[in-house]
Amino acid sequence: MEWFDNFWAVYSNLVLTIGINALLALSIWLTLSCGLLAMANAAFMGIGAYTASLLTMNAGASFPVALLGGIAAPVAAALIIGAPTLRLSGVYLAMATLGFGEVVRVMILNADTWTGGALGLNGIPQLTQWWHVVAALVLVLLLLWRLRRSRIGRAFEAIKEDQIAASLMGIGVMAHKMLAFALGAGIAGLAGALNAHLTFFIGPSEFGFDRGVDILTMAILGGTGGLSGPVLGAAIITLLPELLRSFKDFRLMLNGAILVLIVLFLPKGIWDPMRLRQWFGRAGVR
Amino acid sequence: MLEQQLVNALSLGCVYALFALGFTLVFGVLGVINLSHGAIFMLGAYAALEVVTRLALPLWIGLIVALLVAGTVGLLIDVLVLRPLRARNAPHLIPMIATIGIGIFFNSAVQGIFGAENLRFPSEAMPDAQLHFGGVQVSVLELVIIVLSFALMGTLMLVMKKTQLGRALRAIAESPKAAALLGINVEGLFFLTSFTAAALGGISGVLIALYSNAVFPLMGQPILHKGIAVIILGGMGDIRGALVGGLFLGFAEVLAVAYIGSTMRDAIAFGLLFLVLLVRPQGIFGKLLERKA
Repeated sequence: MEWFDNFWAVYSNLVLTIGINALLALSIWLTLSCGLLAMANAAFMGIGAYTASLLTMNAGASFPVALLGGIAAPVAAALIIGAPTLRLSGVYLAMATLGFGEVVRVMILNADTWTGGALGLNGIPQLTQWWHVVAALVLVLLLLWRLRRSRIGRAFEAIKEDQIAASLMGIGVMAHKMLAFALGAGIAGLAGALNAHLTFFIGPSEFGFDRGVDILTMAILGGTGGLSGPVLGAAIITLLPELLRSFKDFRLMLNGAILVLIVLFLPKGIWDPMRLRQWFGRAGVR
Repeated sequence: MLEQQLVNALSLGCVYALFALGFTLVFGVLGVINLSHGAIFMLGAYAALEVVTRLALPLWIGLIVALLVAGTVGLLIDVLVLRPLRARNAPHLIPMIATIGIGIFFNSAVQGIFGAENLRFPSEAMPDAQLHFGGVQVSVLELVIIVLSFALMGTLMLVMKKTQLGRALRAIAESPKAAALLGINVEGLFFLTSFTAAALGGISGVLIALYSNAVFPLMGQPILHKGIAVIILGGMGDIRGALVGGLFLGFAEVLAVAYIGSTMRDAIAFGLLFLVLLVRPQGIFGKLLERKA
């Protein structure tokens, strides 16, 4: 097991980052599965991260309490902004929620007596163990897997396919949208809280526009047809810059190009069971 | 003092409006949120800078080159990336993600070629004369920014409102399919829109580079975020909205810095944005309806 110890010493942070990114990708997958193109997840992650960190650093709360706070605060925020913004649909909702993300970032930046402003919060106790991340990911996957097959999950799908038809069938469209939005916010907040106690530093710029876009990219690239897609997408987006490290200055350039190529040539994301079967099961099927 | 601030606000607002105009044009006609618009803006600034420093040509040639370079890049993006996605009828999220990739590509390519440091226009290339109107001091640069922006915006609005071309574009914004059935060359106009929008972005890149005298690879990112704020304020896909929203943001920022403090600059802009979102999420001129793609 020596090789594993070596591997873990070098790459443990990377592996755990994949887990946290997978949580984030799943959080946006949830809203997407309800047909909502909400992009406030980076902001929710930030709210969760700051709430949890302030709880452990200033209020002396235990880690479980901090995690709960990190989930509750973004859920509350989602319930407040959900009412006006979820009336919007399609890209309009995306823009509005991106705007909300900027508002949160600027608020964090200006509430510097609490949040440290642009300097961020330093010296957050490193309480996140590797199994916390694994447990959170497994729990969220189980929850979402169960949800998909429940009445609520089917209602989400109906709303995604045709909102008007769904409402005519007696589905409470607004309540379900709100549920998906708030639940997604909670998952993003959990990811933020875990991440803050892993990297022991957070700053407002981490939760801005770029992060929001990143989260969406992970989910879409992986494929939104099932739960495996977002997890796979998170792994790829996290690993890609590391794998391209030898290209130095042009690393991100290749990263961008790969992104465009995937979008152009893999329409349903990377995890697309139909196409995989076509590629690998050719001999057997035909 | 107030008059002076108002002039500053007007020139800054004009640049925001010009940037947002290209952004909103692509959204209105193509239905795509083009997140590479910030990178195009940056490419325009670098193109002008290269012309002025390396070729030692006057600034107005730099401006024209920036227009052409940015426009060509916009056209290439449309031909190589957006058109195949349109052809397969991809949901509107997909082109947006592709433009994210394009933005990353250009930002990091420029960083690789020119380095991450802040470049400046040589001082002899900058128009530095000052004009006085009553008690107000206006630099030639500010005057050029204001006049050029209003001329471009006025032309665009006139074209959209009064000409056959504008009518065709508005028809496409309403429904590309119906427009194609009526014999409008939809693909051609998509190319034209992409070129025009990117060219506007490139020009505004040069103007802001002159205004703040700074050219750096990530200069497009903050303005991209502000562009989003502007078109939310104004209503998405609406040209008047981009104009009003851009000027509004310019005034809000400059007045906030002058009377409240420079740290509140972004807070004011985005605080207002948040209020607009709560009260009127569709923006000032926007409609609440979703455009059916």
